[in-house]
Formats: sequence, structure tokens, C-alpha cells
Amino acid sequence: MADPTTAVRAAGGPRTFAWNPALVVGLVMLGVIAIVAIVAPLTMSGQATGIGGTPNLGSAPEHPLGTDTLGRDMLARTLVASQATVLMAAIATGLSAAAGIAFGVAVWLAPRRIREIGLRAIEFAVSYPTMLVAIIVAAILGQGVVQVVIAIAVANIAGFARLTANLAAKIASSEYVSTARLMGVPAHRIALRHVLPNMAEPTLILIAGAFSGALVEISGLSFIGLGAQTPAFDWGTLLNDGLSKIAVNPVVILGPAVALTFTSLAALLVGDGLAAAANPRSNTTRARLERIEGEPAVQDADAVLVADGITVRHGVTGRTLVDDVSFSIRRGEVLGIVGESGSGKSVTASVVGRLLGEGLSASARRLQLGGTDLLGRVPERTLAEKMAFVYQDPGTALNPALILGIQLSDVLRIRLRHSRRGAFGILLAGFRAVKLTDPEGRLRQYPHQLSGGMKQRAMIASAMSVKPELLIADEPTTALDVTVQREVLTLLKRLNEESGTAVLFISHDLGVVRALCDRVLVMKDGRIVERIDDVRSLSQETVTHPYTKQLLAATPVVSVPVAADQDEVTA
Amino acid sequence: MSASMVRVEGLDVRYGSAHVLRDVSFELAAGRTVGVVGESGSGKSTLAKVLVGTAPIASGSVEVDGVDVASADRAALRTYRRRIQMIPQDPFSSLSPRRTIGQTLAEAIDPVRARVTEHEERIGGWLERVGLQADMLHRYPHEFSGGQRQRIAIARGLIIDPHFVIADEITSALDVSVQAQILELLAEIKASLGLTMMFISHNLAVVQRVSDEVIVLFQGEVVESGPVERIYADPQHWYTRRLLEADPGSAGFSLAG
Repeated sequence: MADPTTAVRAAGGPRTFAWNPALVVGLVMLGVIAIVAIVAPLTMSGQATGIGGTPNLGSAPEHPLGTDTLGRDMLARTLVASQATVLMAAIATGLSAAAGIAFGVAVWLAPRRIREIGLRAIEFAVSYPTMLVAIIVAAILGQGVVQVVIAIAVANIAGFARLTANLAAKIASSEYVSTARLMGVPAHRIALRHVLPNMAEPTLILIAGAFSGALVEISGLSFIGLGAQTPAFDWGTLLNDGLSKIAVNPVVILGPAVALTFTSLAALLVGDGLAAAANPRSNTTRARLERIEGEPAVQDADAVLVADGITVRHGVTGRTLVDDVSFSIRRGEVLGIVGESGSGKSVTASVVGRLLGEGLSASARRLQLGGTDLLGRVPERTLAEKMAFVYQDPGTALNPALILGIQLSDVLRIRLRHSRRGAFGILLAGFRAVKLTDPEGRLRQYPHQLSGGMKQRAMIASAMSVKPELLIADEPTTALDVTVQREVLTLLKRLNEESGTAVLFISHDLGVVRALCDRVLVMKDGRIVERIDDVRSLSQETVTHPYTKQLLAATPVVSVPVAADQDEVTA
Repeated sequence: MSASMVRVEGLDVRYGSAHVLRDVSFELAAGRTVGVVGESGSGKSTLAKVLVGTAPIASGSVEVDGVDVASADRAALRTYRRRIQMIPQDPFSSLSPRRTIGQTLAEAIDPVRARVTEHEERIGGWLERVGLQADMLHRYPHEFSGGQRQRIAIARGLIIDPHFVIADEITSALDVSVQAQILELLAEIKASLGLTMMFISHNLAVVQRVSDEVIVLFQGEVVESGPVERIYADPQHWYTRRLLEADPGSAGFSLAG
């Protein structure tokens, strides 16, 4: 297999679990609570329930948290109550999670009409405050532990249902679920095999948060007298009992108050810890760009951009992604870098653009753009004036909530201090230059109102609006149809010729690169394997490296010549 | 079985006020491959949905493998869908990240039980058939490259010996060199199994490598159709010519603005 396995390994799959302090501390705290909840009722229930001690004691050596009105030790009562309280919260959370998740997932596997009704029902249900619903349900069911647990469970179902419905929405529209449906996999098996496992992480985080909430809510209900009834007790009832004596003996509410806070904090820490562990970016280091000394490999006095000895390593694994890559670009020149995923072509471009990804460390002997040393401190304004970018997917590069005029004139307004009117004027001229239809109207349109090709034209207009010395275009046509690709390439070529802006063009398609670029670098495994200076006569005979030959052979080409008289249809 | 695998006549599809397919007619003989070419919005993916019975048919008749797709009831559609297969576009989202390759392929064989152990030999055989190794069945999708994943998706599509296969832009998310390998694999499997296939792509050069016939779709209409040799040598419709010229490797390609 010649497929570049390593580069995509990190993407999209289950990741190695990243332990973090919050998670460890939270789990240890939960462990302590669990042990207390099991051990305390077995060993301390005598002290906790035995009447006959001195009532209403303050803090004393034998009763560190005092005694209640019947002379029972508050420390023992608090510790013994942990079992009932934690169990009630856990059962309530478990019930609401089970019901809510089942509902949220089922809604997305149901036929469309039922789904619409279900989603509206969820929205309706979440609009009521949880605690209000819990009190109403508890009031209907009456007092008691079971009733309170059911009330809290019912009140939290809607929250679970809404969040899991949101998670399930994304998974249910994925290709693996639609494929499974087409293959005839029954809906409940799709839920168990595909939907639930793929939302496990966020659901766990949600459950941890919900447990913390349920704990407080249950204690709240017990506090107002709906929950555990004498002689049963939980932290809520202990708080309630202590409240009447708070003025004379404040220490008695300390136990249940601290216990509640401690347990709630433990659950939240676990939730935060899980969230951080699930986020691949939480453990990466900041990107670094350093200068290293050495014999320069590039001598080019006329160059707009000199990149000498770019090397990029992964900060944690130390794996080399780009290995000593050197090149220069002259004014008005289009330099192509071609290679497949994992070849290091985009990482190289990101070093030039000083947009290195987190967790990577880069070095170079020299990195100079039109007299500015990019390895040192560069004012943002200088960077904004000299360099601009066009990305692969104009759909994701644009913010769907902002009109084009605002977001595409960001650099002009914020970095180059143009007034809004001035910036719009420059952008408008750009829109005209890239031949967008209705350029004035486009300024006030949202991205979704434009086709993919139109968006990319608008992006190019924005990039060129600062009159940069270098335009970095990273696979700008890969997401586009062939006919639109041709139009965008034509546009880039024309802008390059008219403005003299140098272009660094990244692509996996040698056919595209050959059509646009003056010179081409072929990258493989982080190294430049071939430099093609004469692109016009590029063929199997003129290239030397076997990889270049392989790329050239792989490039899809229509094999029957076309009548040449139909040249100008696009303009 | 009749010699004709797919027969579509006067097909119209509308989504609300949008007329997505207009009066589409074509026929595909068993054992042949038809390439469907067009840009985003041309209706080519909708055509695929019609053939697997997931798009509403406004009018016209669609008959695939002897089944009238327009009038088939749910039960008939369910058995019908076991005989046709769709290979999806994106190798990164078409495999469930939390299921091993073996589990994914076992589900294709037996959607209800999906036991890997019952079909291990068959799964291993197909993994080798698409250029992977039989013992990879315990691995998860993230351990494979994009090209390898697309090989797995192809194995999933073919493992139940479907009568008709629809490949929807299956190489457009891949690098050119990987794309070439996948096209080679498809051509080889097609020749050895005598597959009947619909190959959907926006790239004429890619379509040419695997197809016997071509349908060119433009704004929901078939503007040109016929054998590959004829279409590429002598395109009649301006839109077909424009598509051909947009190929960077074609003789007519130029960036003259």
C-alpha cells in the first residue's frame, strides 16, 4: 500500500485518553465519597440515630460538628446521610439520563413527521425551569424519598433529551448511519451500534454535570420538606433541621453544607476533566518558530520570499513533518508545491504564513518576505499588508452569521485602519475585479446566498484587497467542480499577471499546478524530491524522480483530444 | 432476469418548488457501467437517491433489477435494497469511528446480528480482494488512510454480491495518486465480477477510466448521453465540451481570461 497512512491517523477516531489534574482530583473525591457512603451507615448509624446525648452542643472534641436538638452527633449524621443523598441523586440522574437519551436518540431515528413533533415537544419541555417542574411533580406525588427521586428524574429528562437530540442529529445525518439504514439495519440497532457509542464522551460529561445538579435539587426538595421524612434523613433534611438553630448553634449546618459542596464539586471536576480529556487541543503546546544558524541554501537577490531550511517537528512525538525545505519566490511568480496528504506541503505554507498549528515547533535559517524578517517580531499590520491567504473550503472559511462586506473587510478595517466606507469601497473594487455579479449587493449578502465558486471569488477579492506581496493559496480549487475550478484558476492567473503579486500555490493535483504555476516543487514525506523549473515541457521524460513520475501518471486526463475551436465559453 | 438492469423513463423529481430532475430517461444493460457527470446542483446525487428509493418521484417510471421503484412498498424496497448498494463519497464519514472494520462489514452481510465471528472468512477474503490484509478486520477506521478507508467502503458495498452498485463521487475526496489506485481497483473488480454500476462524478477524466457509457446532466436534464468513445471524441452539447475543456490535462484547457 502506498497510501499515506500516518498523516490521517490522528483525524476523527477514538483518541488516546488524556488524563488531567481535574479528572484525577474529581475521581479521587468521588472515591472518598463512595467509601464514606458505604462504610459510614455500617459503622456509625448508632451514633447518628441514637437519642440521649446532650442536645444542641456546639463544637466539642467528642462531637466536632456538635449535636442536634435530640443530641445526635452531626458529623455521624452527615456521613451516614451521604449514602441516602448520593444514591438518590445517582438514581434520579440515571433515570433521567436513560429516558432523556432514549428519547433524544429515538427522535432522530423516527420518521420525519414524528421527529418534528418530538423535537417541538422537547423544546416545549425545556422552556420550563427544572426546579419548578420538580416541585410540581413532587407536590402531585406527595412526600417521600421515592417521590422526590422520580420528581427530579422527570424534571431533568427534557434537558438530557435536548442535548442528546442535538448530538444525535449530527450522527444521524452521517454517511455511516445513512448507509446502515440503506442496508436495512433495524432502527434500535442503529441506535445501539452507531449513535450511542459515537456520542459517549459528551454524554458522560453531561451526566457528571446533571448529577451535581440533581444533588442540589434533591437536597432542595428535602430542605423544603418534600423529600426524606423522619426518621429517614439526607443532607437536605439535615440542613433544614440545622436552620432553625443557625443563630444559636451555627456549626450544626456546617456538616451537610460542606458535604453538599464537596460532592457537587467532585462531580463538576470529573465533568470538566472528561471534557478536557475529550478535547484533543487541551494538551497541546503552543506553536514555536525559531531561527537556526547555518549555511544558507538559497541565494536569490530578487526574491519576494526567501524560505531557507524550514523544518517542522511535532512538539510531543518529535516526528519530523517538514525536513529542511528551501525555496524562493520572485515578484510576479507563481510557485506550486505539489504532494499528497501528509507530504508536508500545507505545513510548509503555514510556516511561511506564520500560522503554524498548535503543538508544532518550526525552525528555519532564513524566512524573509520583501525585506521583513518573518523569524523575528513582525507587527501585525506589516504582516497584514504583505501577505494574504485563500483556503481550500470557502464554505468553512466564511462565518455564516456575518455579511460578506463586514467579514471580508476585516483586515482592511482592523489592521490597516481603513474606515468602514473606505474598506467597503476597496472590497467593492475587488468584487468587480473578480467578476462577481451584482458586486454592490454581495457586500450585504450572507455566505449561504453564494455558490461555492462565488464564495471563492469573494475570498480572493478580499485577499487581494490589501495588495499583498505574497498570496498563499492552499488547495483553493479542490472543493470546487471542474468548470468552476477552471474559472478560479483563470482568475488567479489574471490577478497575478495584473498585480505582480507572487503566489504560493498548494495542491495535490499536478494537472492543476501545471496549468497555473511557473515553477513547481514536488514534496513527499516532508522533503522536496524534485524541483521543476520548466513547467511548460513537463512530461514523463523531463521529470526524474520516480514519485513525480507516479504523480504524473496518476493525474486524470481525458484521453481524447477535443476540438480546439470551443475555447472561450467561460468568459 | 432481463438484459436491462436499469430503465428510467420520463423521470421528474421536485423538492418543493425546485425541479431537481426533468424528464430523465436512460437504460443500462446488465454488466455495463454508466458514468453520470455534472456539477453540484446538476441532480446527479438525486438520481442516485431515486434509484435506491429514498427520493420522491414526481412522475415517470424507474425500474431497477425488475423492481418498479416508484410503486414498491416498504417490504419490497427492503429486499430490493439488499440487491443494490451505494458506495458513499466521503471515506472519513462513511465508516463509524467506534466500530471495527470487521463489525462494519459483518453488518453489511447481516444487518440484524452483525456477528464478525460468523463471517470472518468472507470478510477477510474481501479485505484481501480490495488490497488490504485479512487480519486488519479488528482495526478501527482511524487506523487507515483515506484511500484505505475507501477500499473498505468498496468492500462493504460489494460483499453481499449486489446486482447493481452506485458509486457516488467516491474518489473526489482523495488525492490524485490514491484516486488512481481506487479507479484501478474498481476497473479490476468490475471486469472480474461483471458488475453493473453507476459511477457518479464531476470529473470527466475520472468517469472515462471506469465507464462504458456516459450521461451528462445539466440543471436536472440529460443534455447528452451515449457510449464513452463517442462522447469524448465528438461531444455534441456545448456543456459537454465545456466540461471537457475544464479538465486541466485536456488539449482545450487554457487559463486565458
